[in-house]
Amino acid sequence: MAYGDLPQERPGFSLTKGQQSLLVFVGVLVLVLAVWEIGFNLKWFSQLMPSASATLKELWFWISNPFFDYGPNDQGIGWHILTSLRRVVIGFLIGSAIAIPLGVLIGLSEVVSRGVDPFIQILRPVSPLAWLPLGLGLLKNSEAPAIFVIAITSIWPTLINTKFGVSNVDHAYLDVARTLGASRWRTIIKVILPAAAPSIVSGLRISIGIAWLVIVAAEILVGGTGVGYFIWNEWNNLKITSIITAILVIGSVGLVLDRLFSLVQGWVAFGKQP
Amino acid sequence: MIPLKTRSSQVSAMSADAISTEIQLSLRNISKVYPGRKGWMNKMLRQSSSDFVALENINLDIAANTFVSIIGPSGCGKSTLLNIIAGLSTPSTGQVFLDGRAIHKPGPDRGVVFQNYALMPWMTVLENIRFAIETVNPTMPLTRQRSIAQEYINLVGLTGAERKHPHELSGGMKQRVGIARALAINPEILLMDEPFGALDALTRGFLQDEVERIWEQQRKTVILITHSIEEALLLSDQIVMMTRGPHAQIAKILEVPFPRPRHRETLDQHPAYHELKAAMELHLSRETRAVEEARIHKPLTA
Repeated sequence: MAYGDLPQERPGFSLTKGQQSLLVFVGVLVLVLAVWEIGFNLKWFSQLMPSASATLKELWFWISNPFFDYGPNDQGIGWHILTSLRRVVIGFLIGSAIAIPLGVLIGLSEVVSRGVDPFIQILRPVSPLAWLPLGLGLLKNSEAPAIFVIAITSIWPTLINTKFGVSNVDHAYLDVARTLGASRWRTIIKVILPAAAPSIVSGLRISIGIAWLVIVAAEILVGGTGVGYFIWNEWNNLKITSIITAILVIGSVGLVLDRLFSLVQGWVAFGKQP
Repeated sequence: MIPLKTRSSQVSAMSADAISTEIQLSLRNISKVYPGRKGWMNKMLRQSSSDFVALENINLDIAANTFVSIIGPSGCGKSTLLNIIAGLSTPSTGQVFLDGRAIHKPGPDRGVVFQNYALMPWMTVLENIRFAIETVNPTMPLTRQRSIAQEYINLVGLTGAERKHPHELSGGMKQRVGIARALAINPEILLMDEPFGALDALTRGFLQDEVERIWEQQRKTVILITHSIEEALLLSDQIVMMTRGPHAQIAKILEVPFPRPRHRETLDQHPAYHELKAAMELHLSRETRAVEEARIHKPLTA
């Protein structure tokens, strides 16, 4: 136990752990902003670096009015986020629709698992962006390659977690199904899939997290629309404030996506800690 | 497939003349051998091992509507024997006959109560039981499935807990669901594998009384694996005592003559009680002592 966790002995000055954490959070925030602002005034950084106060103003500008549209090169950040989200959701759904059934299949069959494993082991460590030129070559418009990359990205964690969940179903549940004379199909639908659901959802959670990481890089390369394109466009305009804003907004959206899947995890855990 | 007509009356008490002495379950020359590692590869690695004979030549006839306990020292293959009857494990030699038919695989004619409950955690109490009913009778209307499930929930005394999930139940309550699920498919025979082994002593005694009460209503053929002498005496008509493994065999079958319904408070007033109990204790302590000694003298293995 750390010294700070010991009960406070001085009465009249005691904070709950939540309040202490809040204090640390505010302290770090103030420290970073203060060093930034002082550094700006003392010319520690490059010429391009804006001051903290200017960045906060700019942040408020983008967040207070996210949905303006003055032509293709001057749109609110909300539109870019929505475009990126649409690509991530479509790509993620396609990837999951491939990964979950395939994961169930290789989880159920030792033979298929061993047969398919070399493909998975070779393709899994490849950066999803390596697939982008292939997508550009195979698919014609600019939207499809980004979705293609996200679909590929979303496959691996879901596939591996689904396989793990399916092949590690508690034998007691399978024995119950066997003693009742349940068919193979009924056993899969009613017993194996619900039993593997916590693993599958963990896989989906990792997948959507990585998909959201990858979409920014993919859109920087593909261009046109999306939050990745926004960042690259603002870099070309040398507007660092917009880039910092975009980083914070992307982080917040990623956080929301992660929380959503965390809720689903709690929902399929049934009393077990996810 | 279970005829639906008999369902409405199955929970009500059966009349005494329904108890027959016809043989319902027969075990013929059952052996179970786990093959050892004898390949040249294992020999080279000095990992070879000889065959392990868990059960050897078990013969047993069980009459309909009797409650039979199988008791023996730990590791004697009691659970293996039950798994063979359930069809979850295949015997190396011999056959199991239920009502004259040879058994090759699991089926709903045998209801199984598992030691670790084996309830599906994502299903409520009602859904767990209805899952069993629906699996066995896929064409039965949903309302009928629900009413049967409810009937058995009431039978095991869980009325009001229908919508709870297993993680909200105590161990004793979970095993009641396990018992209700096994009975709800109306099996010909009920197999219980140390059903109270994971429970504390008070809950265990309470559940034993409940099983006695339920058995008085249903009078199904039951095979109970246990290592509790008191449990066997309270519940059984016959007690099968097994020798220690390997090469486990049936040592002796005791008839338990106590009248029913039985109560644990008055059970020991029966003249035969202490004699039976002493005989079982002598057998079990002798076998257990031999198991322990064999373990001490067993050569160390990797």
